[in-house]
Amino acid sequence: MFYREAGQFKTSYAADQQVFPILQDRIGVAVILGIAVFVVPFVANDFFLSAIAIPFLILALATIGLNVLTGYAGQLSLGTGGFMGVGAYACYKLTTIFPDVSIVVHILLSGFAAAAVGMVFGMPSLRIKGLYLAVTTLAAQFFLEWCFIRIPWLYNYNASGAIEVPGREVFGTMVTGASAGSVPRYFTVLAIVILLTVLVKNLLRGRIGRQWMMIRDMDIAAELMGVRPLYAKLSAFAVSSYLCGVAGAMFVFFYLGAAEPSAFSITLSFQVLFMAILGGLGSLVGCFFGAAFIWALPIILRAGPPMIGIPIAAETAFHVTSMIVGALIVTFLILEPHGLARLWQIGKEKLRVWPFPYA
Amino acid sequence: MNRHVDPREALSDGDGIAMGEVLLDVRNVSLRFGGVKAISDISFDIRKGEIRAIIGPNGAGKTSMLNVINGFYTPQEGSIVFRGKERQKIAPYEAAASGIARTFQNVALFKGMSTLDNIMAGRTLAMHRNFFWQLLYYGPALREEIANRRKVEEIIDFLEIQHIRKTPVGRLPYGLQKRVELGRALAAEPSLLLLDEPMAGMNLEEKEDMSRFILDVNAQFGTTIALIEHDMGVVMDISDRVVVLDYGRKIGDGTPDEVKSSQDVIDAYLGVSH
Amino acid sequence: MLYQIFIDPFVQMVDMPDFLLQVIWEGFVAGVLYALIALGFVLIFKASGVFNFAQGIMVVFAGLTLVGLHEAGVPAYLALVLAIGVMAVLAIAVERFVMRPLVNQPDIILLMSTIGMTYFLIGLGEFVFGGEPKKMITQELGLPTGSTEIEIGERGLVILQHIDIAAAVIAIIMVSALALFFNKTRIGRALRAVADDHQAAQSVGISLNQIWAIVWFAAGIVALATGIMWGARSDVSFALEIVALKALPVLILGGFTSIPGAIVGGLIIGIGEKIGEIYWGPLVGGGIESWLAYMIALVFLLFRPQGLFGERIIERV
Repeated sequence: MFYREAGQFKTSYAADQQVFPILQDRIGVAVILGIAVFVVPFVANDFFLSAIAIPFLILALATIGLNVLTGYAGQLSLGTGGFMGVGAYACYKLTTIFPDVSIVVHILLSGFAAAAVGMVFGMPSLRIKGLYLAVTTLAAQFFLEWCFIRIPWLYNYNASGAIEVPGREVFGTMVTGASAGSVPRYFTVLAIVILLTVLVKNLLRGRIGRQWMMIRDMDIAAELMGVRPLYAKLSAFAVSSYLCGVAGAMFVFFYLGAAEPSAFSITLSFQVLFMAILGGLGSLVGCFFGAAFIWALPIILRAGPPMIGIPIAAETAFHVTSMIVGALIVTFLILEPHGLARLWQIGKEKLRVWPFPYA
Repeated sequence: MNRHVDPREALSDGDGIAMGEVLLDVRNVSLRFGGVKAISDISFDIRKGEIRAIIGPNGAGKTSMLNVINGFYTPQEGSIVFRGKERQKIAPYEAAASGIARTFQNVALFKGMSTLDNIMAGRTLAMHRNFFWQLLYYGPALREEIANRRKVEEIIDFLEIQHIRKTPVGRLPYGLQKRVELGRALAAEPSLLLLDEPMAGMNLEEKEDMSRFILDVNAQFGTTIALIEHDMGVVMDISDRVVVLDYGRKIGDGTPDEVKSSQDVIDAYLGVSH
Repeated sequence: MLYQIFIDPFVQMVDMPDFLLQVIWEGFVAGVLYALIALGFVLIFKASGVFNFAQGIMVVFAGLTLVGLHEAGVPAYLALVLAIGVMAVLAIAVERFVMRPLVNQPDIILLMSTIGMTYFLIGLGEFVFGGEPKKMITQELGLPTGSTEIEIGERGLVILQHIDIAAAVIAIIMVSALALFFNKTRIGRALRAVADDHQAAQSVGISLNQIWAIVWFAAGIVALATGIMWGARSDVSFALEIVALKALPVLILGGFTSIPGAIVGGLIIGIGEKIGEIYWGPLVGGGIESWLAYMIALVFLLFRPQGLFGERIIERV
């Protein structure tokens, strides 16, 4: 009834090609952004910001990274954790070598290290496809994990073998390290995630995004239309790994505070992959849905049952989460391969034709 | 021969070849897969502005011939001269850049994209704004996107598919998918358009529509067309010249009437008694 | 530096041939186990085109079920029978709830569904049996323990664990049995028909559902055998799941549809990574076993994408 595009006529192609052509969508997005900026940081407590909101935003960005590669360019990757690690270690090295440069700059730069590594491991995608490619990304994952352990230069020869995040300021406020408050960290993460999401959306709706989707849907036809597979695939690997790298750097600097190599294990790769599948492959908004769902589920399972009087051990909650997530993945693949994002879209379409059941 | 063809140069029609002169020359091409000979020693030419049909029984090597022309297969022997340039080996994207577009026997659309995006995909070679403009989607990148959108809308009007503009192509019926595929090939503004069985699996009405579009493309844009088709009625009606293949060999070449009366061709289609 | 990479390892090999033999033997045994996991993959891939990421966790799950039942007081052999029963139930459940609804979906969707299954089975396994590593009931099952020492030359010594020899023998028996099953029985023929073309197989009266349940059951039995053998060498634990991923490079070497390929690929990877680790690993700090197999596969893929025994694919449009 309120969600209707009747009367909104487009008079130029530019207007027709907006990200949100429907007025109500634009209002909705503005409201969500407004809540994220003006309400959440002032209402939410420290636990919500540090343990839910910040990691959710960071993992959503990593999911966008994976989705660019898997959902848009059709190249399955199981090495997300490794690429995130590259970003984290690169950022750590950069900020210890150049402590005076702003940490935000370092975070954005560290993505390029991940992009370079991603392109190297993306090379085989020119000759091999699908399941075979999954194996080369596994090679990346295990090789990178090994590097994080065996190359002491990466963690500045710490005795612990872990990286400790030093305290850094942005505009005179501590944003990293032990003394940083959750609000400044939240704002920094939010700003970076919004900026990169907008840029990625632009890429996706233009020539480059179309080339990725062409390769995904029918690589032979794409090549016969003039797409150079080398450029298309490697650019997808580069952009994807860049985003994962930035997400990895933020994961350590704004969420974990310190990281051992095991933080970037294959478990993280799978977690991000599940976020992408559940949210919806080939959908940006889905990345946020998927990340929110997978990140919140174990927290809800741990906190929920005790509230209604059922005691649950932390371990049991963990096992049940694993079972539920696994079962949900299969269920979604069967019922709705396009994930939560598609459900959202169906919901909106239903709303448009309400009160009639069919359009 | 593996040099990169500048797409801007390729897209302009200034190739210096007059109507009716040879645009593409296939010279003694042979293609083998392991021990199987798909094409043996075939030569024929396609003249600028004509509609050239390639016919023959199943397994005659017609699709393989198209695959050789646009670089998907590399022949073991022989060469291809396109717009005066001789080549033996070419990557498919280079063939596309040199002005060859095609459709496929089994529709090869980008299933996850809308009709509009599919036809925009055909404009790939006409878009050049670099990565950083693309990131901004503003200024030159936006202007380029809109200029190409306008071109695409012309093709959508031409093919009468305005109503399915934003429908994902996977949901379209077969006949419309074939039409969208033609639109995608046209969007590249090719100088040679290869159509692989554009009318396969269509009913009479759809075939008539498709024939009309092919003739219109040829007449309005002056596009040279090579097509594979099994419907003899259609082939005889719309093509200027016909080449006939059988078991990878050429057994006939000429106007529809000449081909129709050739004994070799009749034998291949009807069989000979031994 | 060049000396250390290209000459020194070979000098070491020649200097201590008994040690080299020991390394090769260790690699061989690891390779047999990789091959067994790969065999489970191949079975399912051949019959349904599904790349079963869950084979590794099936190994763990089968092993845990066996040990768990025994710990609960069930006699060893009865536990073995019951474990086989559990694998049968699992196979039927997978066919009914995952494979059947997903028939004709793209490969990548099927692969991801098996990744989902993996997580479900990890959760279920930990929920039922706990996350602690368990000791395999080697003796109770009548498997040999102890070792034989073979002298080589004057002071050389190679130690062969009996359980390893048993693993190799059992692997050979299983592979022969499967080969016979595939080539000589009616079900085997139906299986190959399904592998070639689902719809054509259905049209001549083969039940896809039945075939898939059988294949997953066969893969489950292979998993159980692998679980026992592997468990006897170390422990039955979820860490095995990561190790089991090495079946992927094995398959790349051997080709996804070839049973002999799985064996040969397994041995190459097993021996190759042991030799690499022992002789070249120290140059870069050790631990290269974790990724060497993948790198071998990666390099191999670039030169021969269809695997050792696979056929060259001609793309058509």
